[in-house]
Amino acid sequence: MTGWLTPRNAFVVALLAILALVPVYAALGGNYFVMSLFTRIVILAMAAVSLNLIMGFGGMVSFGHAAYLGIGGYVVGILAKEGVNSGFLQWPLALALSALFALAVGALSLRTRGVYFIMITLAFAQMVYYVAIGLDRYGGDDGMTIYKRSQFGDLISLSNRTAFYYLSLVLLLATVYLVWRIVNSRFGLAIQGARSNDRRMRAIGFPTYRYKLVCFVIAGTLCGLAGALLANHTDFISPAIMHWTRSGDLIVMAVLGGMGTVFGPVIGAVALLSFEEALPVLIRVSASPLVGGETAARVAEYWQIVLGPIYLLVVLFARGGIDGMLGGVRRG
Amino acid sequence: MADALLEIDRLTRRFGGVVASDSISLDVPKGELHAIIGPNGAGKTTLIGQLAGEIAPDAGRIRFEGGDITGLPTYRRSQLGLARSFQITSLFLDFTALDNVALAVQAHAGHSFHFWRDARTQAALREPARRALERVGLVSRADMLVSKLSHGEHRQLEIAMALATSPRMLLLDEPMAGMGPDESARMVKILRELKRELTILLIEHDMEAVFALADRITVLVYGRIIASGTPEAIRSNDEVRQAYLGEQEQRNA
Repeated sequence: MTGWLTPRNAFVVALLAILALVPVYAALGGNYFVMSLFTRIVILAMAAVSLNLIMGFGGMVSFGHAAYLGIGGYVVGILAKEGVNSGFLQWPLALALSALFALAVGALSLRTRGVYFIMITLAFAQMVYYVAIGLDRYGGDDGMTIYKRSQFGDLISLSNRTAFYYLSLVLLLATVYLVWRIVNSRFGLAIQGARSNDRRMRAIGFPTYRYKLVCFVIAGTLCGLAGALLANHTDFISPAIMHWTRSGDLIVMAVLGGMGTVFGPVIGAVALLSFEEALPVLIRVSASPLVGGETAARVAEYWQIVLGPIYLLVVLFARGGIDGMLGGVRRG
Repeated sequence: MADALLEIDRLTRRFGGVVASDSISLDVPKGELHAIIGPNGAGKTTLIGQLAGEIAPDAGRIRFEGGDITGLPTYRRSQLGLARSFQITSLFLDFTALDNVALAVQAHAGHSFHFWRDARTQAALREPARRALERVGLVSRADMLVSKLSHGEHRQLEIAMALATSPRMLLLDEPMAGMGPDESARMVKILRELKRELTILLIEHDMEAVFALADRITVLVYGRIIASGTPEAIRSNDEVRQAYLGEQEQRNA
């Protein structure tokens, strides 16, 4: 790859600059909705990056990745309800339980392939979803409010929205860096080899199952961290955090942004979630001179009709997602 | 046989009513290039599959260097030094040629639970991989994506990957399949080089190549060994001529 300053890298740098400047913009304009939106985007981007480690690089299409968001979130929520507010306890436990769940799910599902793998990961996620619904003490179907965010002593106050945003951003970037190191390490090459040709990997002497299982656990653990962040961000936890459509969203983020690179899912998360917010507004504003304000507002409710074809175009014409369209270096 | 590297003892495998391996017994001594020939459907690839550990035999034992490997998984056999190439090219198409071979080196360089250092800059993996590419004459293609290489180059890369696992024995499943005469000639040259250091079990349809290379030949028909011996003995064996060679000569005529 000659020259570092490609259009793609310029785009990535610009995106990072925007992400870094969101709180400044919010403070200047007093627009805290944007800040809240971007906190959500950053956290879900982290989940999408973790999913892409197994999906894009390991070829393991998990349709239950939101379960780890739920596990991470519920650990924070339940402990808060029971009066344990220390983040030093909550977060490691959130990671540990996510890892444990990933180990159990992976150990069973990695014995299957293709559609069966997708269905088994979905089934496990649905199990956790219904367990959460059954937790009457913790709000059951309706969920519950988290009255106190995770406490980290004098280190950082998560109640400070700017501090919380930057913490999320730093953790996202750390996740991207970690995944990038993993993907290019011996372990990462073994994982990508197994995606490319599992049979051949075994023939040249790799016990592929082991490597895939460890990879599955790493991805689940990272997503559990995103779950702990998400619960703190919304001050609320309900089974909806791990509804199967959320797992679908994470897949869409990775595919839309580009599965071939570590950073692709970040682009996908920003694109998907900002489209969701911006499209209804765009439709309303551009349609109202033509059909009048009231009709335009009603038309805007069908913004997904516009979003659908955009996905289709990206999937059909840009195999590497948005990142691929920009010329992002594949695999790595 | 005391110095046999690979001992196959009454290996049997059925698929439904078809007996693909019918009590096959065969010893391959160290240093020998042993060819297995036979018409299509004779069970050659099934035999390799059992030796490599991808197909479980119904009965019989396989011993490698004196140890029973019949129940071992594929990757363990590879680690013991039994390397195979595939009849239908089986590579990592979205990797470069060098990456492909380096993975094979990595498989035999301890476990791969290393999560941090860039594997593509590690001389311990790249140098042996480059040497394996040199041995099969592919080093000029090292940094090309495998999906961009020709069929003949794929076959050479197959061998390089098997070599990179520093094997004690090669199981080659039709390395010349689909090759033109020039490519075949190059492959014969490569195999003749390898034969000096390695024990090889070769399955091949190209009779010219087989008779040029093999120390001993075994003829398989309907899953059974009908003859086994030196190339001269096989060439003059009546049963073999009838079952196989004659048929092919007629076809070639």
